[in-house]
Amino acid sequence: MADIALAPRRAKTEMREATAWDQLRHNKNWLGFWFMLPAMAFLIFFLAYPLGLGVWLSFTDARIGRIGHFIGTENYEWLWDDDIFWLSVTNTLLYTFVASTVKFAVGLYLALLLNERMPFKALLRAAVLIPFIVPTVLSALAFWWIFDSQFSIISWSLKHLGLITQNINFLGDTTWARICVIFANIWRGVPFVAITLLAGLQTVSPSLYEAATLDGASSWQMFRHITYPLLTPIIAVVMTFSVLFTFTDFQLIWAMTRGGPVNATHLMATLSYQRAIIGGQLGEGAAISSAMIPFLLGAIMISWFGLQRRKWQQGEGND
Amino acid sequence: MSSVQIRDVRKSFGNFEVLHGVTIPIEDGEFVVLVGPSGCGKSTLLRMLAGLENITSGTISIGDRVVNNVQPKERDIAMVFQNYALYPHMTVADNMGFSLKLRGAKADEISTGVKRAAEILALTPLLDRYPRQLSGGQRQRVAMGRAIVRDPQVFLFDEPLSNLDAKLRVAMRTEIKELHQRLRTTTVYVTHDQIEAMTMADKIVVMHDGIVEQMGSPLELYDTPANQFVAGFIGSPAMNFLKGNVKANGAAYFEGPNGVKLPLKTAPANSDGKPAVYGVRPEHFTIADDGAEAEIVVVEPTGSETQVFAKLGGEQVVAVFRERHLFNPGDKVRLKPDPTLVHLFDDGTGKRLNG
Repeated sequence: MADIALAPRRAKTEMREATAWDQLRHNKNWLGFWFMLPAMAFLIFFLAYPLGLGVWLSFTDARIGRIGHFIGTENYEWLWDDDIFWLSVTNTLLYTFVASTVKFAVGLYLALLLNERMPFKALLRAAVLIPFIVPTVLSALAFWWIFDSQFSIISWSLKHLGLITQNINFLGDTTWARICVIFANIWRGVPFVAITLLAGLQTVSPSLYEAATLDGASSWQMFRHITYPLLTPIIAVVMTFSVLFTFTDFQLIWAMTRGGPVNATHLMATLSYQRAIIGGQLGEGAAISSAMIPFLLGAIMISWFGLQRRKWQQGEGND
Repeated sequence: MSSVQIRDVRKSFGNFEVLHGVTIPIEDGEFVVLVGPSGCGKSTLLRMLAGLENITSGTISIGDRVVNNVQPKERDIAMVFQNYALYPHMTVADNMGFSLKLRGAKADEISTGVKRAAEILALTPLLDRYPRQLSGGQRQRVAMGRAIVRDPQVFLFDEPLSNLDAKLRVAMRTEIKELHQRLRTTTVYVTHDQIEAMTMADKIVVMHDGIVEQMGSPLELYDTPANQFVAGFIGSPAMNFLKGNVKANGAAYFEGPNGVKLPLKTAPANSDGKPAVYGVRPEHFTIADDGAEAEIVVVEPTGSETQVFAKLGGEQVVAVFRERHLFNPGDKVRLKPDPTLVHLFDDGTGKRLNG
């Protein structure tokens, strides 16, 4: 026992100054940085860099196969006088506004419907998701056939019902083409809105509805005074995303109409692609894309201020 | 205010009957507590009274009106929910005034009603807050305020205190009782806590497995429980039950487990040798030389009283003494039940045998 007591013990390691490297390894703030690094690298390479490059290209006269030179705002000045560009801006705003509004209305209606007790509820909920799961190009192709000028099932059915005598030129007529692409976008976008709002509806405690029943609320009053206000935070999030996705839509249009007829369905995204990649004018295409940024920022700002936590959502304070 | 009559009410969910014919008369202004273990059907009955559940058969009337097919909002009742069910996006004032607003009352009418209720419950300084900014007890009071504003015929409470901590629960208990004494509105209160029932009720209804086991004033239930279930449910710590036989030849006594001799004042008629259950409340034991010998297992002093767990005839019993005894585990004591206060129950049906 004495031996053990006498044996020199190294209870403490020797004190030494922590090197800068030690601090980097052990300091909690730096640790956080290390964990953040992969995500940051990913975002920088795949988001910030392309965005910066795009904006830079919009100030150059780059073409495919030729490095551009800085030409100031010439591309933008050019676009300012370009009627097709302005048409695409109008188209995009119309497309976004109509599609988002209808998606919200239909999505909310479906969510309320699916929140009710009904047979085959799980099955119906799954079915609602189908348009969202199908690859965009695939559904666009299906719509392309549905709206085909010769083989359209709609024209065929209406003809057999005796309602029309001539095929409707769905994608060849400017108004019809706009309606068709907006319809396809709505069809695709409704599930996202419906399912997300349904999730929001399910967070509302059933006892609130019971309390409201006893307070004498009708179904409409319950929706107006309880469901809707409690759903506003999630509506703000969903609609922001919906607007952003719709505004930047490309696949659906490109697969169905390629912007035609007579540029009637050209959105800013499709026009940019056509000018930059098909036409080879990278600088001009980049300028069209960059012109979307103020609109998108505007949409985000609106939801940012709309999204600011409402007073009733604020945490518990027992001051 | 009005009376409530519940007559032979049954409730089934599919083929499963949860209430098997319940009849409860409730007088005008009475404070009735429905008490029973989880799943006894007490909350279902309350929700049927509120109109949130359909009545399978039987009738419920409020005042002179049968309300089976009357919409909840037409029943003129107000309910306080267990989780309070306050609207999170409305201020306290809006929460309380919501029913008036739906009824189409004018703004000044609403604010007068809300102010009156807020004064009764001392909520006036909180009227502009949102529910999230309130403590549990404050939310509870807002829920009551919402009920008071409507000035209903009947108040319904569904386990309103179970989300509060022990101290607040005791305080709110008193507050609710005081409120009832002030407003004198007929009240039906559901709880699983027999102490809440005992302290608040004018009339307690003990429910178990969808039937009413007994109803009566708190002390009636305590003094003369109709059966073994009520005897075990009311009172804390719970009544001790000892199985054995009644001996009625000569001086009556009860032969408990392992031949322990327990006193009886009188034996019920024709009960000699009959197997029965002997019930004695912990507070009805005394220490006496002619008591039955018991071995102390655990002693729990609470300050005001001493709880003693002991083996009596091999069975564990609890005794509570107001006076301080310095017992140690393993000590032998002689426990004597007060023969005028013991209960006898049928061994099979659990029905009370002595008067």
